[in-house]
Amino acid sequence: MIRIVLPHHLQTLAGCGREVTVTVDGNITQRNVLDALEARYPMLRGTVREHVTMKRRPKVRFFADGEDVTHDSPDDDLPPSVVSGDQPFMIVGAVSGG
Amino acid sequence: MTTTRILVGTRKGAFILTSDGHRQDWSVDGPHFAGWEIYHAKGSPVDPDRIYVSQTSSWFGQIIQRSDDGGKTWFQPGSDSSVDDAENGGIPQGESNKFVYDTSEATGKPLSTHQWYDGTQHPWEFARVWHLEPSLDDPDTCYAGVEDAALFKTADGGATWHELAGLRGHESGPGWAPGAGGMCLHTIVLDPLNPDRIFCAISAAGAFRTNDAGKTWHPINQGLRSEQIPNPTAEVGHCVHHIEIHPANPNTLYMQKHWDVMRSDDGGDTWREVSGNLPSDFGFPIAVNSHDPETIYVVPILSDSLHYPPDGKLRVYRSRTGGEKWEALTEGLPQQHCYVNVLRDAMAVDTGEPCGVYFGTTGGQVYASNDSGDSWTPVVRDLPAVLSIEVQTIS
Repeated sequence: MIRIVLPHHLQTLAGCGREVTVTVDGNITQRNVLDALEARYPMLRGTVREHVTMKRRPKVRFFADGEDVTHDSPDDDLPPSVVSGDQPFMIVGAVSGG
Repeated sequence: MTTTRILVGTRKGAFILTSDGHRQDWSVDGPHFAGWEIYHAKGSPVDPDRIYVSQTSSWFGQIIQRSDDGGKTWFQPGSDSSVDDAENGGIPQGESNKFVYDTSEATGKPLSTHQWYDGTQHPWEFARVWHLEPSLDDPDTCYAGVEDAALFKTADGGATWHELAGLRGHESGPGWAPGAGGMCLHTIVLDPLNPDRIFCAISAAGAFRTNDAGKTWHPINQGLRSEQIPNPTAEVGHCVHHIEIHPANPNTLYMQKHWDVMRSDDGGDTWREVSGNLPSDFGFPIAVNSHDPETIYVVPILSDSLHYPPDGKLRVYRSRTGGEKWEALTEGLPQQHCYVNVLRDAMAVDTGEPCGVYFGTTGGQVYASNDSGDSWTPVVRDLPAVLSIEVQTIS
């Protein structure tokens, strides 16, 4: 099981808590993890990745095992600690101060 | 027993304000969708408990919410996980949040760019839904005006949306350019006497009309004059802020333009200015009294550079003559140190007797008048900035 931490607004949209778990088919990559997330929570389709292009929305960030993996290839394997479930894959809304 | 319901969209959620037919005591319910921008919420005229909501975020994109019980509960009509989508392996596709421009040969034109701020051509990019206009006779049908400017329609209660591409495919499309707020289709007016006739307005392209239910569109900007564009009387390029009609007389349209209050008596074919004695003819909303097609309301704002009322006084102006002659309505409104704005979709009327008039401000106040504007009372004072107001009178 892969652990995913969601930002507040996606928690309320999906009606879930801060952390959810999903079963991922194939390699544990950003793309496969997000596919699994959207399959379980279809109301999140289009919120993390743009509907048509499937590109990450500009103000969404991905963290894994203390690293910013936002700009990694979506098909790169995520760190072993995420694969093992020790650490969550974090979806984060970019900070926007004022 | 009559219920009056105000649907308020704000920068940080939706609120529902409810009263009886006297419209004096109000209950406040919300925030719904807390923290999200609610650009617009509007109920179906034929099923008032069917409410469509545009929920949007610069971070997480566009969500369409729907209620079938007057706002008690909400759901995303195309993202119901209890519905088995056989074509997609049993997985719902979140279609209600999906607005995809039509570039097909059959119904659309392969128009992919419009003019950008620097004069270059820029790809058409969906940002958000500004306005939702439910059908006058079918609760499952609703129109959506979006940024970048286009008109979408659902016929299945918001589960899926498709573009009426004839508008964006108009030959002037590549020349449309965004205003300061983006290139948005913000006004949709349905003709109650002719279901094939729809009016819409785009900032900053102007007003358009279809006579064939959205297949083909024509600019209707003759008579507008805008000094902010190279040719002040151009066919397109005007920054129209809002248009309203009275349902009994849909051939007369009232428009608040960037500058100028305008009127058309021939379905938009030609316009004439009716700003008359207004202290400023810049503004955003315009409304028509539900019982008198010649009584209209505007909220003058000082200028396009200074988005607040003249002299720090919040004044609604009413004309009982369809424009030209205006009177200031001030009772109950702040007459000093007031520097709020009233946005284009943030004013509405009910169908009570006498007509109720409502508006919301960027300062978070919602003001109500239950006497056609003669006096005003704040229903709430401290909401987030108000983006939109709609009112339902429910018997």
